[in-house]
Amino acid sequence: MAEKLKPAEKLKKNRVPMRTQKPAERVQNFLEVPLGYSLEEAIQEAQRCLQCNPPYCVAGCPADVRIPQFIEKLIAEDIKGAFLEIKQTNALPAVCGRVCPQEEQCEGACIMNKKGKPIAIGRLERYVADWAKQLDYSDAKKPSTKLNKKIAIVGSGPAGLACASDLAKLGYDVTMYEALHKAGGVLVYGIPEFRLPKAIVGYEVDQIKELGVEINLNYVIGLTKSVDELIQEYDAVFLANGAGAPSFLNIPGENLNGVYSASEFLTRSNLMKAYDYPNYATPIRVGQKAVVVGGGNVAMDAVRTAKRLGAKEAIIVYRRSRKEMPARAEEIEHAEEEGIKFELLTNPIKVLGDEYGNVVGIECVRMELGEPDESGRRRPQVVEGSNFVIDADTVIIAIGQSANPIVARSATGVETNKWGYFVADENGKTTHPKVWAGGDIVTGAATVILAVGAGKKAAKSIHETLSNKQ
Amino acid sequence: MYKILKKQKWSDTIFSNWIEAPFVAKAAQPGQFIILITNENGERIPLTIADSNPKEGWVQIVYQVVGASTLELSLMNEGESLYAFVGPLGIPSEIENFGGKVLIIGGGIGIAPIHPVAKKLKELGNYVISIIGARTKDLIIMEDKMKEASNELLIATDDGTYGQKGFVTNIMDDILKKESEAIKDIWAIGPPIMMKMCTRVANEHNKQIWVSLNSIMVDGTGMCGACRVSVGGKTKFACVDGPEFRGSLVNFEEMILRQRQYCDQEREALMLLEEKIRRQASNG
Repeated sequence: MAEKLKPAEKLKKNRVPMRTQKPAERVQNFLEVPLGYSLEEAIQEAQRCLQCNPPYCVAGCPADVRIPQFIEKLIAEDIKGAFLEIKQTNALPAVCGRVCPQEEQCEGACIMNKKGKPIAIGRLERYVADWAKQLDYSDAKKPSTKLNKKIAIVGSGPAGLACASDLAKLGYDVTMYEALHKAGGVLVYGIPEFRLPKAIVGYEVDQIKELGVEINLNYVIGLTKSVDELIQEYDAVFLANGAGAPSFLNIPGENLNGVYSASEFLTRSNLMKAYDYPNYATPIRVGQKAVVVGGGNVAMDAVRTAKRLGAKEAIIVYRRSRKEMPARAEEIEHAEEEGIKFELLTNPIKVLGDEYGNVVGIECVRMELGEPDESGRRRPQVVEGSNFVIDADTVIIAIGQSANPIVARSATGVETNKWGYFVADENGKTTHPKVWAGGDIVTGAATVILAVGAGKKAAKSIHETLSNKQ
Repeated sequence: MYKILKKQKWSDTIFSNWIEAPFVAKAAQPGQFIILITNENGERIPLTIADSNPKEGWVQIVYQVVGASTLELSLMNEGESLYAFVGPLGIPSEIENFGGKVLIIGGGIGIAPIHPVAKKLKELGNYVISIIGARTKDLIIMEDKMKEASNELLIATDDGTYGQKGFVTNIMDDILKKESEAIKDIWAIGPPIMMKMCTRVANEHNKQIWVSLNSIMVDGTGMCGACRVSVGGKTKFACVDGPEFRGSLVNFEEMILRQRQYCDQEREALMLLEEKIRRQASNG
């Protein structure tokens, strides 16, 4: 058992760094970049925790993870105990430990963050969850009490999975509907293998299935069956179908061959495993030079994927400056280490093609930052006469998503706003008494952990509503 | 799930499978399509629906072997199951009783998806004139079913081995010359070049025409935008905004270029698979 440190000693220690694959090596493969803590590293890091009461970190966690409790068990080398603490509230710890923006959530709220060295809660969560996967340990069991109430969940991404897990544990019969052929939503089609291995998603999804949750794949709500029918058949419906419609720039040449939405590019590579073509049948085109337009996490995922698929040069084109980039600092750093180039304060105005309809380049203009706009960020303005061309074999548009209309089209009495997102209150309640909604289809494209939080809130609200009816 | 209940070989390259898919069969309407995956390593293949039966829970598909994935599909036997089968996708055809005649044109394996459209139009009381065509007699499919779904059926083959020699557009032009006024609406499904030519003929007679675009797709539910086409100068997604559009608005040149996007990879994949089949045959 590890020794307990005195508070003064804890304050002196620094964060235990995480080992990563070397950049030159990792751009040749799709294996995970951060390698995870060893037990010694995990305990060393855990020992720094001050065990605050009340814990600031938990207040910063949308999934209400019992952070001090799991860290305490970890220090005592009771990894199973730590795992059970986390699983009490979070069905996706191996996922969240990897892809949550912890710097904005638990670690951002950690009191040690005042000194710039918050406890690496995400890495610890990952360590504990990976321990369970390695031993194939599962705490999931079908609940002993059955409420004989049926819940339908539309979409098997993070919001749907979190909601399903909480409701199944309470004794509800939960049926999920997924349009694609694999469960996990953005976790399987969007986030690349080198950030979130699909075996890990599969493992956590399997644990949710072990709770008795049924997942119907290849089932498009809105087409195979309508939301109206679900409302008839179930006691409550949770809509968590994601934003799911790619935005384009609406500039000339965008329909040339070799122009992808980030969603298409990543779906081909991640879900369809085009990176392993022809062992997998789905093709993808990258060529020598790939340009990715956008500055968010999805843009970073796309540009790093392009590099791994063999692009000699992979370039980010972003219209504001580095400071305004919405991507996580860690993702930008990883991209830079991998030799990704950044054309900042640059805006595309036209995609250029050859006589066969293939992309050959992208014409851009330089921008400068003016006065702040509604978002508080300084508004980029065109520098007149600054036009120039970047040669490109592939152009990937990663500027966000809008609402996919299929689900909403079949939902009578569930109000949407002018952008097509479902209108829901803070508990996920929509304008229909039997329907809740949460995740990107309410907020617009956001993060995995916010979707998990929305799924949990909806589960709680559904339970309260259905319990009161009795 | 997704079991191949029945399989027929209609020509050297054309096959039809009846797939067990009760949920799809229940919801399927004319004009819609499905996506299937043959095995775990397969790609998502969009195919049109030739027929469906909600009571018996099957969906009929018709396909031509053009690449590795369709070759793989054609090698699967009755009793085997597909890895995935999802649908119905897309917006159904806008079908009603138009109080007159409608013209239906199907070319090649495009005859399969036009069949449910013709059938429904006739059911609703329209007078259906159908023209079906192919390069040669062996490639004319579903003649009996089309006869049943139509009030008049006309046939064209490029080489004159069956029906009238020439293209479906020749017959279409003749009909419109004769009775343009009586024709209330037109549907054409077939190779892009055929739909483009049909649109040209329709335009010459100032008639509107529906065409069904079989763009390259991945998810088929509006998530990726692979299938985008220019319609009336705007970008539309064939999977969720279509697949049927008014022909006069479609930029066929762009669509045809986009369809060739993966030609090299498709050729390579087909060669690899054929090589594998040859090796297996010589070993076995």
